[in-house]
Amino acid sequence: MSHFLDRLTFFNRIEGDFADGHGITTNEDRRWEDGYRKRWQHDKIVRSTHGANCTGSCSWKIYVKGGIVTWETQQTDYPRTRPDLPNHEPRGCSRGASYSWYLYSGNRVKYPLVRSRLLKLWRDARALRAPVAAWASIVENPAKRAAYTKKRGLGGFVRATWDEVTEIIAAGNAYTAKTYGPDRVIGFSPIPAMSMVSYAAGSRYLSLLGGVCMSFYDWYCDLPPASPQTWGEQTDVPESADWYNSGFLIIWGSNVPQTRTPDAHFYTEVRYKGAKSVVICPDYSEASKFADLWISVKQGTDAALAMAMGHVILREFHIDRKAKYFEDYVRQYTDLPMLVRLVKQGDQLVPDRLLRTSDFEGGLGETNNPDWKTVAFDETSGAVVVPTGSVGFRWGEKGKWNLEERNAAGAETRLRLSLDDIKDEVAAVAFPYFGNREHDHFAGTDHPSVLVRNVPAKRVKLKDGEALVASVFDLFVANYGVDRGFGGEHVARSYDENVPYTPAWAERISGVPRDQIIQTAREFARNAEKTNGRSMIIIGAAMNHWFHCDMNYRGVINMLVMCGCIGQSGGGWSHYVGQEKLRPQSGWLPLAFGLDWSRPPRQQNSTSFFYAHTDQWRYETLNIGEILSPTAPAGPWDGTLIDYNVRAERMGWLPSAPQLETNPLEVAKQAATSGKEVKDYVAGALKSGELKLSGHDPDNPKNWPRNMFVWRSNLLGSSGKGHEYFLKHLLGTSHGVMGKQLGEMGTQKPSDVVWHDEAPEGKLDLLVTLDFRMSTTCVYSDIVLPTATWYEKNDLNTSDMHPFIHPLTGAVDPLWEARSDWEIYRAIARKFSEVAPEVLGVEKDVVLTPILHDTPAEIAQAIDVKDWQRGECEPVAGKTMPSVTVVERDYPNLYKRFTSLGPLMSKLGNGGKGMAWNTEHEVDFLKRLNGVVTDEGPTKGLPKIETDIDAAEVILTLAPETNGEVAVKAWASLGGFTGREHTHLAIPKADEKIRFRDVVAQPRKIISSPIWSGLESEKVCYNAGYTNVHELIPWRTLTGRQQLYQDHLWMRAFGEALCVYRPPIDTRSVKPVIHTKPNGEKQIVLNFITPHQKWGIHSTYTDNLLMLTLSRGGPIVWISEKDARMAGIVDNDWIEAYNSNGALVARAVVSQRVKQGMCMMYHAQEKIVNVPGSEMTGQRGGIHNSVTRIVVKPTHMIGGYAQQSYGFNYYGTIGTNRDEFVIIRKMAKVDWLDRPTADQPQPLSVAPRIEAAE
Amino acid sequence: MREFVNYLLFGWYPYVCITVLILGSIIRFDREQYTWRSKSSQFLRRRQMMWGSNLFHIGVLTLLVGHFIGLLTPIGVFDTIGVTRDFKQVMALVVGGIAGVMAFIGCTLLLHRRLIDPRIRKTSSWADLTVLSLLWLQIALGLMTTIWTLDHLDGKEMLKFMGWAQGLYRLNPGAADLILDAYFIYKLHIVLGLTLFLITPFTRLVHIWSAPIWYLGRRGYQVVRSSGRPTARVAARRNVQPAE
Repeated sequence: MSHFLDRLTFFNRIEGDFADGHGITTNEDRRWEDGYRKRWQHDKIVRSTHGANCTGSCSWKIYVKGGIVTWETQQTDYPRTRPDLPNHEPRGCSRGASYSWYLYSGNRVKYPLVRSRLLKLWRDARALRAPVAAWASIVENPAKRAAYTKKRGLGGFVRATWDEVTEIIAAGNAYTAKTYGPDRVIGFSPIPAMSMVSYAAGSRYLSLLGGVCMSFYDWYCDLPPASPQTWGEQTDVPESADWYNSGFLIIWGSNVPQTRTPDAHFYTEVRYKGAKSVVICPDYSEASKFADLWISVKQGTDAALAMAMGHVILREFHIDRKAKYFEDYVRQYTDLPMLVRLVKQGDQLVPDRLLRTSDFEGGLGETNNPDWKTVAFDETSGAVVVPTGSVGFRWGEKGKWNLEERNAAGAETRLRLSLDDIKDEVAAVAFPYFGNREHDHFAGTDHPSVLVRNVPAKRVKLKDGEALVASVFDLFVANYGVDRGFGGEHVARSYDENVPYTPAWAERISGVPRDQIIQTAREFARNAEKTNGRSMIIIGAAMNHWFHCDMNYRGVINMLVMCGCIGQSGGGWSHYVGQEKLRPQSGWLPLAFGLDWSRPPRQQNSTSFFYAHTDQWRYETLNIGEILSPTAPAGPWDGTLIDYNVRAERMGWLPSAPQLETNPLEVAKQAATSGKEVKDYVAGALKSGELKLSGHDPDNPKNWPRNMFVWRSNLLGSSGKGHEYFLKHLLGTSHGVMGKQLGEMGTQKPSDVVWHDEAPEGKLDLLVTLDFRMSTTCVYSDIVLPTATWYEKNDLNTSDMHPFIHPLTGAVDPLWEARSDWEIYRAIARKFSEVAPEVLGVEKDVVLTPILHDTPAEIAQAIDVKDWQRGECEPVAGKTMPSVTVVERDYPNLYKRFTSLGPLMSKLGNGGKGMAWNTEHEVDFLKRLNGVVTDEGPTKGLPKIETDIDAAEVILTLAPETNGEVAVKAWASLGGFTGREHTHLAIPKADEKIRFRDVVAQPRKIISSPIWSGLESEKVCYNAGYTNVHELIPWRTLTGRQQLYQDHLWMRAFGEALCVYRPPIDTRSVKPVIHTKPNGEKQIVLNFITPHQKWGIHSTYTDNLLMLTLSRGGPIVWISEKDARMAGIVDNDWIEAYNSNGALVARAVVSQRVKQGMCMMYHAQEKIVNVPGSEMTGQRGGIHNSVTRIVVKPTHMIGGYAQQSYGFNYYGTIGTNRDEFVIIRKMAKVDWLDRPTADQPQPLSVAPRIEAAE
Repeated sequence: MREFVNYLLFGWYPYVCITVLILGSIIRFDREQYTWRSKSSQFLRRRQMMWGSNLFHIGVLTLLVGHFIGLLTPIGVFDTIGVTRDFKQVMALVVGGIAGVMAFIGCTLLLHRRLIDPRIRKTSSWADLTVLSLLWLQIALGLMTTIWTLDHLDGKEMLKFMGWAQGLYRLNPGAADLILDAYFIYKLHIVLGLTLFLITPFTRLVHIWSAPIWYLGRRGYQVVRSSGRPTARVAARRNVQPAE
């Protein structure tokens, strides 16, 4: 009754004693203990995960107590692995465990928010006008428009109702579609694998509207273009459990324990098992402590190191001694035996493209796609043969697209790797060398720009006369500078000679002692030889964020391929960055891009888009001449980088958004008037200039993106490279750009792109962000919609790190007025259908699509690059320019379409990666499972997709990975191409169908499918390329093999036909500003590196109080002790990092960990937490991307060429940012800008004379 | 008027304070078990804690015991055991003076660190600051009284205070008249002391009720708390004869 009275028990407190009175038993009140008991009591546990951008894909238990989410712990019920293999569980890190903080935090977005100035304008306009007319009256009036766009990022949000905000958005979208075209409505959301339904909600809405979905993988610079170049695969990697099967692990620029925390245990376990490990990383990272050998390479010179290791492997395992396993592997699985034509260039020979059957008289008997079949010498017959498997066999014929060691006629072959034994002559061949280019911060050598090396060559008779050919193998070995006794210069017999690419040479470039290089290479290869390829390289983003990342990656890939590691369990290339395998991809695509209603969707590569529309191209400092190869074939290598991008767009290589200057809803009408077929009309009108591609004039108001949705993303606080340019040009608000535009400094202006002297500021009419927290992006938006957190919605989640699919489920209903992404977009769709009839009905939309990979069109431009605009060829849709399709948009019924599975699934079926199969059975099943639409109208009788769970069931039912029956159909489809029997891989699971409730009960292992190149079985771990090697399915490349020689004209022109070392580019962002605004402190110039967070939920969520408490509670930059001493900086000083792109402020972490010459800023540290003002710009601090600017690379624009064809998130320009340098100095005055705007200080004034700063 | 205020402060105010102290503590103990704690800041910073806390607690406990014994024990008891009044006065002065200086130094250290140390300052409530400041003031006042006490070492003044204090437990508020003419500082010291009683239930001072003194007299090294009622096992064991 009373705690007090109950304690008044002096006489009977002691009940008894024991142990001779040494112990006593009491009966005092113990109710206080209930507090501790209740601490861990809960009402229920719900399974969910963290679903926007963390790769871990860990299943979590979410505890709910009294209707409140209280905490979370790791799930431990993953299906078991095999004997002798550690289990996956537990998965999850302390960062994930902090997530529940967000639900009830002050950062939570609780209600729909609108910029108050916009809302006032809207209410005034709406009082008199219909919705679309009301929107028009605001955005067509420059003063009204500027009234809110110029205030972005400066606060001023007010609450509104869902009804009102969805009406504003719908009116904005309808106005934009009607006035400019639906392709001016843009949506950005990343990493669908982590919450597939949420992603699909927005992308389905946009796709039904005709809007544009933006890529993320390339934009984040997580896409390694070397992967599609080599394998025709976006990225496919071993699951982390496969690390345990490895014997030698190189961790290269990856920080496994910090950024792959839930997987790191496999690394620890395999170390205990006896695997050797080398960690290559400039800084002493957390991974370094796992190493037998830590190699501290100079940042950005990894390619040099990889080339030197390759040099050692070639010398010791392919030349001096031929390791049989390696030799057989490269013969069967790589393009090394293929023949390359050598052509005269001036007075030297250069390697040209791969020889094709069409080069021979009669095409060597090949009539189907002779331009796309490569050839090699057969050792047995001595003749030139056509091995099966090249891309020419994939399309237009059946059953010969495989890696059997046979020729097209079916005869067995043994391809010749080196022509040494049958050579007609030793040819002197020119190879480009870039390591001599001047750079202020990277060491070079003084070798000539053209290295002439001797290569065995043979004369063959071709259609156009006799030609000299060499095998890729011989060129490859010569490129590494390995002396094989053919004489000549620039080859080395000893590792100590300073010749590219010996260990001694690499020591100069990378700072790594040659002994370490030799030992690592030798042991890596020796392990692979003894274990048939169980040597693995785990790579992180660190190497991929450099402009010449392809060289870093291809250097590494070459090592793995030379040692036969790709496609072997325990071996291979483990690039774990950002892509987060969407395992049930082919079931998800129809839902996500509305393929059940209309095809194709509009998809855009974000890097090129943002390069153009944030006007970063206007500040370009990199000239083509700096990256062009000294051995470039003749070609029009003029213009600036954006010119190359528009050339790629018009040749059908890259997508563009917006697509045409004319509203695409009008184009079909114009075509009808002209009486021509639409694709012919568009081709003709483009040629005549009647139609113009938007890419040619990105600053013309007709070509601006007008509406933008951002969801599941912090675009402006995290991934927006060139942040300040976003603020200036896309948003039109206050910014910190300090650089000068092209022309101002007398630099070259673009040739193909229209130049406006006045750059536009504020292209977007409307920026809508969906988030559960007030992120930096929200702060800059016009409308912020409160979305459900990861513990408040139903969704699906998969990863490349483990083979399971598991869900997000709602532990509590969305709090306050939040709604799930699915509900939000459904509400917008409903409102849009109500609003649209004011201006839109059923419309014909002309969609341009680039030439796509894994479609028969991918073999479009075989031999040469021809530009119709220059009159080199005729524009032919889908061949020499983008394909043209007319898509019907039923705008008044958009909502009905959104909520039902459309008829195309029954009519056209489904497929992926070139395969196709019938899905009628699955559609019927969904009708029974989800129910059918009963309302009258165009969707009556179709399966319903009302709820997020309905949507999840659509994915699970249609995907081969979660529906065994579909898997069998998919393997059968592939068998048609390869002529081999593959269904045995899925037949045992034919009856298995994974439903949403199944994965809620327990994570499920997915079913093996031909969409991926590994197997999920009881015998092997998932390993990329496994089915290529073991089922003899070709890689989806030109040769059908792992392609180490890239023969496209642009690859040769830019010197990357073979892997070479290329020093980082000079971004010239330091010199123009370094002495302009002195503050009296010393300055130091450092390379700016932005690794993954330690104190954030994966890369994004650093505003979490727990994470802030564990770190320093605000922005930090790590610098080395020596650099800090030179700049007079001590730990925890406020510093400013700046260059011409902008400025950021942070506190210094002075650490021995960091290598001299570089600084590190963990990315995605929010601008909204503890960030003072910058002395340089007078603006609040900035984020890590305030000092970066993207530079696009022409080789990433290549298209229409087998594996180098566009695919969404598969190929395209990437947002590299590590070549950037910043000036760091201590801040003289830290100003928190906590006064009214009028009283804010001005930035430091510009120094009158440069001497003043010295 | 002067008499009335005196009567109010020394006649009735003590009963208010003691009632609030006892009832308030019981109610808080019953209703707010989780707030029943000393709120030690040792976890936040050890510096100044060891010296400050130990000096303060030893000093203040000595003072508390001294005051209780000295004031509440009837003078007859001292007479009986042969403690003369002037000896008692000098004794009180010396022991109280030493303890007072210890408590003062300790309290000053604690107050300094509570005000200056940013971590402790940030985690201090208004009540924490008030209580410590009042304690410091109270000790300071107590030390000041010794100056006037030196003027009457015969113990006569002391007897007045003893009479007043003992009047309180004899339920005689009229005893306040005894100290009507006592020096101002003494009175301030008493009022502040009573006020400290008054605020105790609302502050961290409640931990004085839970001072862990029972350890000293406890039998046994291992304590097993039974689950409320005696369990069958315990009951059974009681009947078991210890093995010889």
